[in-house]
Amino acid sequence: MLQVLLLAVQIKRDSQGRLIRVWTVGAVSPFERAGSYGFDWVRNIWHHYFALQNTTKDNEQLRHEIDALKLQNAQLQGKAAEADRLASLLNFRQSHADVPMITARVIGASAGAASQTIQLDRGERDGIKRNMGVITPDGVVGKVIESYANASQVLLLTDKESGVGAMLADSRIQSPVGGQGEPLLVMKYVPNDDSVNLGERVITSGMDRIFPRDLPVGFVIEIKSGNPFKQIRVKPAANLERLEEVIVLLSLHPLEMKKEGDTSDAQTPAPGTANPPPVVKR
Amino acid sequence: MNDAFDLRMGESHIEVHKFRAGAIVVATLLALLIQSWTPIHFAKAALLDLPLLVTIYFGLSRRNPSTGLLLGMAIGLLQDSLSGNTVPLGLYGIAKTIIGYLASSIGARLDTEHPAARFALTFAFYVAHQGIIVLTRRILLAQPETWFNMHLLGAALLNALVAVFLFLLLDRLRKS
Repeated sequence: MLQVLLLAVQIKRDSQGRLIRVWTVGAVSPFERAGSYGFDWVRNIWHHYFALQNTTKDNEQLRHEIDALKLQNAQLQGKAAEADRLASLLNFRQSHADVPMITARVIGASAGAASQTIQLDRGERDGIKRNMGVITPDGVVGKVIESYANASQVLLLTDKESGVGAMLADSRIQSPVGGQGEPLLVMKYVPNDDSVNLGERVITSGMDRIFPRDLPVGFVIEIKSGNPFKQIRVKPAANLERLEEVIVLLSLHPLEMKKEGDTSDAQTPAPGTANPPPVVKR
Repeated sequence: MNDAFDLRMGESHIEVHKFRAGAIVVATLLALLIQSWTPIHFAKAALLDLPLLVTIYFGLSRRNPSTGLLLGMAIGLLQDSLSGNTVPLGLYGIAKTIIGYLASSIGARLDTEHPAARFALTFAFYVAHQGIIVLTRRILLAQPETWFNMHLLGAALLNALVAVFLFLLLDRLRKS
């Protein structure tokens, strides 16, 4: 009965029981941190000293992978513009030194299947606040939903209540992308008349004012016609099921793109601007 | 001191078990910690609900509805606290309170020591637990939620299977 009242109070007052959460997370996060480091230590010992019986097989597999990567590299060189863009994204941290960001280690996940969250080992003391964007070099991860003194919780893109302003990289069609509590995301409002291709990249549009434009969100892997919008399923670009370290964008102000050679202050780009240069400014 | 005693109900004899000091607290905290930590390294581990299994085990063993209810409530609220603020405090709390009560009530009427009985009961409790969560979401939180899917069936089977082995492990915490 008490808990029903607790639920009612939370809904009515938009309260989220912060005190109880602070105590619980404060008590548990040191153990999670210790567990995470301990697990890495044991895993390293295991990998480097005990689990060497598959080394020959691994070497062979790695050689095959190197061959495949050489081929892939040659293809990428043929697509210079696209390669530049990917490179700038992969080097996001270095090439955007003016954007305050911090790397954080993932020390925990949601304690139940009702939500898709992760816990980071950095919090308010490191400048992390609610609603800050979280990414990896591969793509968007989610946003900070709660920040404690030494830890913070991140709502993953795959959570039912999560979403990000996105657009299709080729056609520049804008539509939010959200989670469904499953590994795949859904692009929600693309009209049936618009053309979408399988494998097309989905990138951030910057319209949510959390993430800068042109960060990878994922790839279209399934398209079905619906009424009135297409049902588009998107595979996240970042591996959300195996996150170890992430980057938190330490800004609550919209991160805006600046055109190359533009000497004036950063401006919000007009929707639909094709391939803006990957320069980010606060 | 005799730490396991018979609860006589008519002609049947049901044994009530006691545990080593701090065993329930340590097992509960470990379950929560493992639950919130393993999915980082093994994504499929998110299918397990260790706090629920611990609630069921101690409910079935202690066979005291008040203890089962309170333990379920405490575990559920802690799980809510660790699930991020998109999960309101009380969602898991309500579900585990009811499951704790049901487990201890059933435990007082049936012999739940056999692995087959434990498998069947855990399967049923898991489905009931998810049903209560869906009911809470739909009625109290006005959130759309599907009642049944194959994912639920698979998760219930997996949890029931893990419960059989986990309960054997937890049996070692009993005072002999």
